[in-house]
Amino acid sequence: MTIPLADLVVILPELIVVGAACLLLALAPITPSTKKDWLAWMSVATLVVCFIVTMNGMGERVYAFSELVVVDGYASFWKLLLYVVSGMIVLLSIGYLKEERIDLAEFYGFVLLSLTGMMIMVSGADLLVVYLGIELMSISLYVMAGFKRFEAKSMESSAKYFILGAFSSGILLYGISLIFGAAGSTRLVEIAAAVNARGLNDSLVLMALMLLIVGFGFKIAAVPFHMWTPDVYQGAPTSVTAFMAVASKAASFGAFLRVMLEGFGGVKPNWTGLILGLCILTLILGNLVAIVQTNVKRMLAYSSIAHAGYALIGVVVAGWIGTEAGASSQGVASMMLYLAIYSFMTLGAFSIVAILRRGGLEGEDLDDFTGLAKRHKVVAFVMLLFMVSLAGIPPTAGFIGKFYLFMAAVNAGLTWLAVVGLIFAAVSAFYYLRVVMVMYMREPTSDQELETRLALSPAATVVLACAVAGVVILGLYPGPLVSFTSSAALP
Amino acid sequence: MAVPSGGFPWITLIVLLPLVGVAGILAAKEEMAKWVTFGVSSLVFLVSLPLWAMFDDATPAMQFVEKHHWIASPSINYAVGVDGISLPLVLMTTFLTPLCVLVSWTAVETRVKEFMISLLVMETATVGVFVALDFVLFYVFWETMLIPMYLLIGVWGGPNRVYAAMKFFLYTLAGSVLLLVAIIVLYVYAGERSFDVLTLSHAVYSPSLQAWVFWAFFVAFAVKVPMFPFHTWLPDAHVEAPTAGSVVLASVLLKLGTYGFLRFSLPMLPDATQRFTTVVMVLSVVAIIYGAYMAFAQADLKRLIAYSSVSHMGFVTLGIFALNAQGIEGAILQMVNHGITTGALFLCVGMIYERTHSREIVDNSGLAKPMPIYATFLVIFGLSSVGLPGMNGFVGEFFVLVGTFTWSKVAATLAALGVILAAVYILWMLQRVVYGVPAQHVASKLYDLNWREIGTLVPLVVLVFWIGLYPKPFMDVMHASVEKLIHQDVKVMLVEAEPSSFPPTPVTPDVIASAAEAETR
Repeated sequence: MTIPLADLVVILPELIVVGAACLLLALAPITPSTKKDWLAWMSVATLVVCFIVTMNGMGERVYAFSELVVVDGYASFWKLLLYVVSGMIVLLSIGYLKEERIDLAEFYGFVLLSLTGMMIMVSGADLLVVYLGIELMSISLYVMAGFKRFEAKSMESSAKYFILGAFSSGILLYGISLIFGAAGSTRLVEIAAAVNARGLNDSLVLMALMLLIVGFGFKIAAVPFHMWTPDVYQGAPTSVTAFMAVASKAASFGAFLRVMLEGFGGVKPNWTGLILGLCILTLILGNLVAIVQTNVKRMLAYSSIAHAGYALIGVVVAGWIGTEAGASSQGVASMMLYLAIYSFMTLGAFSIVAILRRGGLEGEDLDDFTGLAKRHKVVAFVMLLFMVSLAGIPPTAGFIGKFYLFMAAVNAGLTWLAVVGLIFAAVSAFYYLRVVMVMYMREPTSDQELETRLALSPAATVVLACAVAGVVILGLYPGPLVSFTSSAALP
Repeated sequence: MAVPSGGFPWITLIVLLPLVGVAGILAAKEEMAKWVTFGVSSLVFLVSLPLWAMFDDATPAMQFVEKHHWIASPSINYAVGVDGISLPLVLMTTFLTPLCVLVSWTAVETRVKEFMISLLVMETATVGVFVALDFVLFYVFWETMLIPMYLLIGVWGGPNRVYAAMKFFLYTLAGSVLLLVAIIVLYVYAGERSFDVLTLSHAVYSPSLQAWVFWAFFVAFAVKVPMFPFHTWLPDAHVEAPTAGSVVLASVLLKLGTYGFLRFSLPMLPDATQRFTTVVMVLSVVAIIYGAYMAFAQADLKRLIAYSSVSHMGFVTLGIFALNAQGIEGAILQMVNHGITTGALFLCVGMIYERTHSREIVDNSGLAKPMPIYATFLVIFGLSSVGLPGMNGFVGEFFVLVGTFTWSKVAATLAALGVILAAVYILWMLQRVVYGVPAQHVASKLYDLNWREIGTLVPLVVLVFWIGLYPKPFMDVMHASVEKLIHQDVKVMLVEAEPSSFPPTPVTPDVIASAAEAETR
């Protein structure tokens, strides 16, 4: 059997990334320790090339490998976002890994492997392909979460992530096998046809649907499938945490929504209610538990759960039998926009945690931020921007994200859901502003002045600058991104 | 319906100049920051004066309108303009900001740069709220100001500042939550698919939708005013805020709520407004009397003025929801008056606090002898707050009461009672602070006002008497816009229905009696 060249061209970005990943992994052992940065710069270069390739390949919907893989505006949007996020993670890691004394060059290979998995997820038009992507992403992340081999927390994080990840993959696979029983195929197109034919009350489809939602629920960390998140996020190296909180979440949402809309679009009433429940639970628990956290990393973990709740509003709207045509695609677009904005602000906040050092440790405790505004004005102000944006207060990008989500919700007739979302946005302001309060309104103690310092490498400065630019520019001038997401949204 | 800016972007200049000032502060040295801020904020005031000079009194239309696309889908514009309702408030804001800088000259010693930046960002945001003609733009400015205000209270405030700052922030944020939903609901369900304030004002909504949106607006605006029972953040915020923060809070921030009622609630939701008038009027009367009563019991000067704010803002909401020209014009004038008088009183408290480091009345008593100039100013502003004829407070309260009288004689009588109570607590405060037994332990710290402080207060005294003796220039500005609001937008015919009841003479003796009582006490 020969593989047609046209199909390979469709997955060219994936091929480039996976090729680069293999190359990096092969080069890692033979690279002298002084030249390890070169591998990081190589991976950034790879991402830049892929960015250009994907940009050029944007256009009509293209299937490849007999409808196993699809490349459309939707997939391209996620891929572009993932390139940017991965690039920022790599840049952040250069300095961070050195600080943590875990600067193994394999790291960058795993980032790219994981990225390949994510790209396959958002491009998968077949449940098994999506599953393959999820596994590739997850297994790389398990390794990365345990990168601090000498630290118990990191090992715990990795082990927890692995067990629960494997468990959720199992559930997902079980769902896939059930739907295969119902449809005779795992291709989304054929699943859609079979689901339509079987109607709303088919128990096999319902069962499969439920298992799929649970499986994806783990990946996007929606309540009640979020249990792993705080421990894993807190224990993992911060740049990995940021990667998990941003890239893996975005890719999971991308794949989740495609499976739901393209595979189960015919039985929307069956899943919107379920997801609505998840959405509200996630909003409530994520925001309320974040209030009592005193560790910033853990607080950000709960905040990322809460933000999954907001993004789920978009999913609910996408599946809601709206009163108006276009309401569904507005939901998809608003979710895409929200996750793009979320990526910048969350990545920014985690970057600050990563560069803040107390002795040889990370400054992840709330106390480590005490009086930061006096010691490092610019960094404190940047953190203030991220916190304000996460709370959704204008003129930052966080407001624009929430605004479009709630627009979509009201447009679909879900005004009450917008009210719930906004009430919890007000709640979230409390814990985000506490960080601001600690930075600006508490005096730094004298010994902390000696202890807390910034490990701000030039590359990390670039990351922060990108995140700030994202938060500010998307807040003041969101037009281009808005039109991009609405043109790239699934119908 | 809208008069363009005639080529020159006056309003954008006013909105953006403070931000240019921020850049200037960042570039300047720490000790130059206040000079830069004072220069920029004075320049902003000068730039805002031509607005008044070129303003056309005859038309109710928005003037100096600028409109640029901001976001294509949904169509959100950068649209700004002023009419007779917003112009006085814009001028008041630009007028007070330089005074806030002056009073902070020596009072703020730490992180001066950041303080001045917060002050200028506040100016941009508040002016932005008053001039925004796009609902989303309005909301952006409305929320943006929370952050600098939070920092002003929390970083430069008193001992309990963190609690007060958080309380202020969460209260106002929670209040605005429903505002955003209401804005989106109006967009989606109004049939206009527009965020343009004027377009939304002309649309017709079903009564049930109006009712929901009305209460969503109400909570947001009532928290800012603050109306009873949403006022509890105000005393804490005022007491803990630095002087300039208190002035901005009292003079400008509180007006945003009442401005919201005038700009959005009344024209967009006329049916709901009329339906729920009674509720708002009752809450206003309660606020007037309760605020006055609480002010009476305070031993802390700032807290006393804070509660008097609740009482005075009750007059403003009373006038607005009387839904007639006298009431609304009185309310707008009262908004400006409150900005001048209460702002001035907070400035006075800040000046004495700088000397004695206490805001307690017992620590600051008997100032007439050691600080005669200060005492004179304090008495002037105190009497202005009471509403003595010949001063600004009288004109505004008089119009409000006239307007209220046509709506309900009981409400007007009860509100007039608030005037009497104001006389009681202000004069008692003046009696103790100015003429009381001097507190020995602070005597050494007392020295009279210096030229900078006198310069801060004199412009306010000028305005107190100008508005009190010759309010016509101020009233003329707002007349056309208020007429339009009453007749075209709200379509209330109260005044027309009973032309014989105007002018309602019975109110006049009431007010004058109370004012006269104030004089005799």
